[in-house]
Amino acid sequence: MLSYVGRRVLQSVPLLIGVSIIGFALMHLAPGGPLAVYTLNPTITNQDIERIRVVLGLDQPVHIQYLKWASGMATGNWGFTFFGGRPVLGVILERMSATFLLMGSALSLAILIGCTIGVLGAIRRYSVFDMMATSGAMVALSFPTFWFGLMAIYFFAIKLGWLPSGGMYELGEEDNAVDLMRHLVLPVMVLALVITAIWSRYTRSAFLEVMHQDYMRTAKAKGMRAPARLLRHALPNALKPLIALLGIELPALFSGALVTETIFGWPGMGRLFVDALNMKEYPILMGMIMFTALFVIVGNLVADVLIALLDPRVRL
Amino acid sequence: MEAAPAVLAARNLRVGFRIPGGVMQAVDGVSFELRRGETLGLVGESGSGKTLTSLALLRLLESPPAELSADGIDFEGRDLLGLSEGAMADLRGAGLSMIFQEPMTSLNPLMTIGRQIDEPLVRHLGLSKRVARERTLDLLRRVGIAGPEMAVRQYPHQLSGGMRQRVMIAIALACRPSVLIADEPTTALDVTVQAQILALLRALQEEMGTAILLITHDLAVIAETAHRVAVMYAGRIVETGPVAALFEAPLHPYTEGLLRSIPRITRERGGDLPEIPGVVPAPGALPAGCAFAARCGFAVAECQELRPVLEPMGGGREVACWRPRHG
Repeated sequence: MLSYVGRRVLQSVPLLIGVSIIGFALMHLAPGGPLAVYTLNPTITNQDIERIRVVLGLDQPVHIQYLKWASGMATGNWGFTFFGGRPVLGVILERMSATFLLMGSALSLAILIGCTIGVLGAIRRYSVFDMMATSGAMVALSFPTFWFGLMAIYFFAIKLGWLPSGGMYELGEEDNAVDLMRHLVLPVMVLALVITAIWSRYTRSAFLEVMHQDYMRTAKAKGMRAPARLLRHALPNALKPLIALLGIELPALFSGALVTETIFGWPGMGRLFVDALNMKEYPILMGMIMFTALFVIVGNLVADVLIALLDPRVRL
Repeated sequence: MEAAPAVLAARNLRVGFRIPGGVMQAVDGVSFELRRGETLGLVGESGSGKTLTSLALLRLLESPPAELSADGIDFEGRDLLGLSEGAMADLRGAGLSMIFQEPMTSLNPLMTIGRQIDEPLVRHLGLSKRVARERTLDLLRRVGIAGPEMAVRQYPHQLSGGMRQRVMIAIALACRPSVLIADEPTTALDVTVQAQILALLRALQEEMGTAILLITHDLAVIAETAHRVAVMYAGRIVETGPVAALFEAPLHPYTEGLLRSIPRITRERGGDLPEIPGVVPAPGALPAGCAFAARCGFAVAECQELRPVLEPMGGGREVACWRPRHG
């Protein structure tokens, strides 16, 4: 097990290098650059812009820039932002808690509700509940996240006025947990909606598959009652594909969080990424790409280890 | 043997499936009695309704799609059809057990052997986990698994097919049921392992007095293990009787055909193996008369029109045929 984890960690190094090269190249291929904002400012001369270019190291060839950035990363130095000169890692970590709060709440809520709907749908297949859940999930998956976000703001914030339309705090209420909760409701609802839809469908099919296995019939023939059959026999077997799915779904969850954060003005990593993209903040963009890649790799590794712990047939 | 009371009796058992345009009757009025301590072989081709019959007895069929009806399934004086699902679950694995054809997939792959045998002991006998484990070790020893202390910690994939079937037998017999239904228990196993498993079942039966309903398509298994036999064809029992008499002088032309088509070493070389011409009629497309009439060499006009019912023929034998052989 340990040697497997070690191997996987080593394998992730070339993967991360590949991701960084592609990310860096794409970033520089995009038109415009971090200095474009200055060209519209009449008080900044061309000489000033050239000087800034040299200071930021943007005058050097792209591969040199990459090597400089990469050698910094290798020693744990994530670089500094172009605007403000703050350490990139610090900026990302500062936003991380907001994103994890949003993502974590949405994911736990979605898995809880989604799995419950899925299990009930599998047990009562083709019932009215199952039909409604299945078509409801189709609807939820057919609309883009931003549309749900805008609708939620329109109804709950503007029409009904129940909840704030965006942000994380009211001014001066930074330590008020109730205020935070009120701000959390809408973005979590919107983000959780799509994940719930996905999870209810996956859970349903995972359970349906398991419930028709021979060993479930054996459990019934032993006289085990329905709850014991479901929890002790079906659940662990159905959990396996779902854990693998969680590892795979992490990137999608990240991009979903990005859209949701942007709509609701949530000061998390998604907003940071969009802002950095607009400003062509290369160091932040690269930092975020690496951070996300790392997160996904670790997530998948954890999923694989969990599956190995669950299933004695899987040898790592 | 004749005097022993019936522990399990099915009366006019029917299993149907709703299909577009009607009901497909896969088991069509099966009746039999299983007596204390005896082995009744239920034999027939694939699709004759043997497995459905066995699953119906334990009410393990999913309904829908399956529709189960009977005049009664009497088990130790109770009609199983009238029981609630909870009361039925109390009986399964305790008074009535079952082992299945597929030892490879019938055990939960994520659970140790020990836990899977403990389960019915804790569930039905109310034993503590520690006492149940003692019993489990003892059971494993009895079904012939060497090193039970190691086996309880193993997972199904670490055992061979024969070993897994022994574990299934241990699970089924854990609570000393009065009836064991064994659905093709040896079909998926090597011939040598088959013989061991059958011998084990016989030994445990003698020890515990369990009545066994042995379902198989293999006449050799019946000859070796069963006391009485019921031959199924197209969802109905066409002949029953003591094994020796039935094998010696079959009454139904179908039984006769089955017995003749067994390959024998002593048969003359070069000759073709006798077979029954034609195929089993599909359920739902059964003729009005005898289901075997179209394939029968002795059929008369009566056979096409009227369905024969099981009639006593003496010596504990019954046959459903208008023109019984050796009669």
